[in-house]
Amino acid sequence: MQRAAALVRRGCCPRSPGPWGRSQSSAAAEASAVLKVRPERSRRERILTLESMNPQVKAVEYAVRGPIVLKAGEIELELQRGIKKPFTEVIRANIGDAQAMGQQPITFLRQVMALCTYPNLLDSPSFPEDAKKRARRILQACGGNSLGSYSASQGVNCIREDVAAYITRRDGGVPADPDNIYLTTGASDGISTILKILVSGGGKSRTGVMIPIPQYPLYSAVISELDAIQVNYYLDEDNCWALNVNELRRALQEAKDHCDPKVLCIINPGNPTGQVQSRKCIEDVIHFAWEEKLFLLADEVYQDNVYSPDCRFHSFKKVLYEMGPEYSSNVELASFHSTSKGYMGECGYRGGYMEVINLHPEIKGQLVKLLSVRLCPPVSGQAAMDIVVNPPVPGEESFEQFHREKESVLGNLAKKAKLTEDLFNQVPGIHCNPLQGAMYAFPRIFIPSKAVEAAQAHKMAPDMFYCMKLLEETGICVVPGSGFGQREGTYHFRMTILPPVEKLKTVLQKVKDFHIKFLEKYA
Amino acid sequence: MALRAGDHSQVAMNGLKEKVLTLDTMNPCVRRVEYAVRGPIVLRALELEQELRQGVKKPFTEVIRANIGDAQAMGQKPITFLRQVLALCVHPDLLNSPNFPEDAKRKAERILQACGGHSLGAYSVSSGIQLIREDVASYIERRDGGIPADPNNIYLSTGASDAILTVLKLLVAGEGPTRTGVLIPIPQYPLYSAALAELNAVQVYQDNVYAEGSQFHSFKKVLTEMGPPYATQQELASFHSVSKGYMGECGFRGGYVEVVNLDAAVQQQMQKLLSVRLCPPVPGQVLLSMVVSPPAPSDPSFAQFQAERQAVLAELAAKAKLTEQVFNEAPGIRCNPVQGAMYSFPRVQLPPRAVQRAQELGLAPDMFFCMRLLEETGICVVPGSGFGQREGTYHFRMTILPPMEKLRPLLEKLSQFHAKFTREYS
Repeated sequence: MQRAAALVRRGCCPRSPGPWGRSQSSAAAEASAVLKVRPERSRRERILTLESMNPQVKAVEYAVRGPIVLKAGEIELELQRGIKKPFTEVIRANIGDAQAMGQQPITFLRQVMALCTYPNLLDSPSFPEDAKKRARRILQACGGNSLGSYSASQGVNCIREDVAAYITRRDGGVPADPDNIYLTTGASDGISTILKILVSGGGKSRTGVMIPIPQYPLYSAVISELDAIQVNYYLDEDNCWALNVNELRRALQEAKDHCDPKVLCIINPGNPTGQVQSRKCIEDVIHFAWEEKLFLLADEVYQDNVYSPDCRFHSFKKVLYEMGPEYSSNVELASFHSTSKGYMGECGYRGGYMEVINLHPEIKGQLVKLLSVRLCPPVSGQAAMDIVVNPPVPGEESFEQFHREKESVLGNLAKKAKLTEDLFNQVPGIHCNPLQGAMYAFPRIFIPSKAVEAAQAHKMAPDMFYCMKLLEETGICVVPGSGFGQREGTYHFRMTILPPVEKLKTVLQKVKDFHIKFLEKYA
Repeated sequence: MALRAGDHSQVAMNGLKEKVLTLDTMNPCVRRVEYAVRGPIVLRALELEQELRQGVKKPFTEVIRANIGDAQAMGQKPITFLRQVLALCVHPDLLNSPNFPEDAKRKAERILQACGGHSLGAYSVSSGIQLIREDVASYIERRDGGIPADPNNIYLSTGASDAILTVLKLLVAGEGPTRTGVLIPIPQYPLYSAALAELNAVQVYQDNVYAEGSQFHSFKKVLTEMGPPYATQQELASFHSVSKGYMGECGFRGGYVEVVNLDAAVQQQMQKLLSVRLCPPVPGQVLLSMVVSPPAPSDPSFAQFQAERQAVLAELAAKAKLTEQVFNEAPGIRCNPVQGAMYSFPRVQLPPRAVQRAQELGLAPDMFFCMRLLEETGICVVPGSGFGQREGTYHFRMTILPPMEKLRPLLEKLSQFHAKFTREYS
């Protein structure tokens, strides 16, 4: 009724009903009848346009699924339509999705998930007892004993307890409190939630967030969305992408001029760089955060992906604790993990957790409140996380197969990491730092000045130009370094090491051939 | 570690005051957010449950969570076919099992073919698995009597809440007097007010229509049937979820949004925004696929599926009717007909002395009422102030979901409490 009145006031009139006019539903007829006065309406502008939309959202970029990936999708469609190309398939080496590239899920994990999904299977002789036991435990902790109920917003209680137990074991006995554990919809969800709570202030007191360059572009995307200030600290490429506290200090000092830097983000093992931080480095970072009053975010989703025999994963939580109470009682820390990486590769389940340390109790209340608006993380992802932190142990029926599968996946990844590093370093004009962990290579590529000019003529970053050409000529899709950040005048790309070994060798060979040709063309 | 000697005691003294992240330094928009459905009354309900577990004596033996639209938590059984297909997708070894019907296996295989690496474990495209988006489009067309739906206008989401928040996020812009305003119904589902608080600026119950003579009409269908200029210019986003209906699969976080007449460049922006979170949970996408393309009459699983579905909806309809009836028998409680969804939102008379007492305690009067109800009966409902209501009126929202045999006693207990409360404050 109000709408009709408004229309009358404005003197507008809708045109006669469209092709469905005769068989209009009663609802449409009723609505039309209400609008008795039908003045003419000129074509009007849309309410939601690029100009009127949220400017923060416009500023967001996420290279991992950005323009080059859209192009890859178009090319795939062309291939499907039978258009001839110099290749027969597009290789999606842009995203850390192991199972999409053929990695098999861990049998035990899927058995427990199936039992939870369809509990009739608890009567089936085809499932081992240890899987059934875990499934029953999870289901009993769910409302109505079903994965279909909402869980508490912080996550199913017993799963949080299992996560805490896992952390304690992982960290050599350093205790974890289930109350500090929040299950999340993948790690991305936890990271963006924490950042959201942290961002405040305006103008020169707007929150600054320190992030590594190169970074996983979730961070820059969330910072854009939240209209926070991005503060870059550069990893040292000449030194295996090491983190240097002097560089942290430099970045912080400069930032203080134009923002209020409150947050320091660390990715360990690194994405895209693959470096694994030494214990000493972690201590230095913690001391820096303590000294400069920074909230620490430790993105540790690749904690199971450590390949170099000289490297070991040390959690920020453990090191913090072992540095003694002056630090462990004061430094505010949020650490993140996920079901998407490691040996599991369960990206589609969107499972993850964060452990928060030394958060103000009122802030924890605010955190739960914020999470409650989305009700809860997907319970199937929570269940997947539970199996990750509570896997079969020696003596259990499923242990041998589980262990074999896990070692096979990780061994395979380690092999591919070495293979990739070695092959890239054989190519003139490509230099690849050791892949100590994670699942990516981030080689530096030499792009001749003629190519840089050509890129500029196309209004593209030089490494985007390179990657586009690579995609168009070989079907290989990687992400240009400009999507992750890099020192001015340097160029990189990020490629996953996930294709199966034989295919990976072919891919690396093709990249090598392409690169040599590219150098010749733009010499 | 270069700690200066005097620092130790200073640091030890600082304690909570010195934190980086406090109520004062946090995001003020987040601070303003409230979500009553899981708000203070529910936190109290959790505490009471804890006390019961510890053996503390109460005037009740269990807390009844009638605050949240979670059917399976209240005993509603999942639909067998849905869980069969999902289990087959989760553990494809089961495709060889004789204990699963053929149609479930065919559906599972079809979905797995559409997944990266033929696995639920791969990320999907950010707008959802293409095949499932096509299934959703077909469903919408059938539902709306043939009005076409374009799969490219369909985005799968992590429950409907996720899609609603995404669309609102796109819309909010401007500053001061040009800040975006969003009209919401009062009473409303407090996701909307929470989202608007957070951003510093819906039709989910399609299957739950009970009242005779009531029928669900989608906004998309009516819009289209009204013809141009409405059909061609009015921007619309419509949302659906697997959490409600006859499915009740809240925990899987499945849903979709259909956008109509959106600017193409804006749609690209939406896709970009979604890509940062990678994709909605794939199991939720699979369940949605089953909801929009259930067994057909000729399929082996049809009979059981249909029977289960009808049973759930019939029971909900009966509970809706019962709720309305019992509440309307109580003096001082008036309940409008529960035509759809899964809640009653009765208006309650509260004596002026109770209102006064509430104010003394710094509580909204209906929050005071609901807290007392909870403490004395274990029944947890959400005060109307959490949803919004006209000044001077009081309500509460209670789900109709408790099992049938428990529902009448609960409704009567609540009515009796109200009578007692009224006498106490007269």
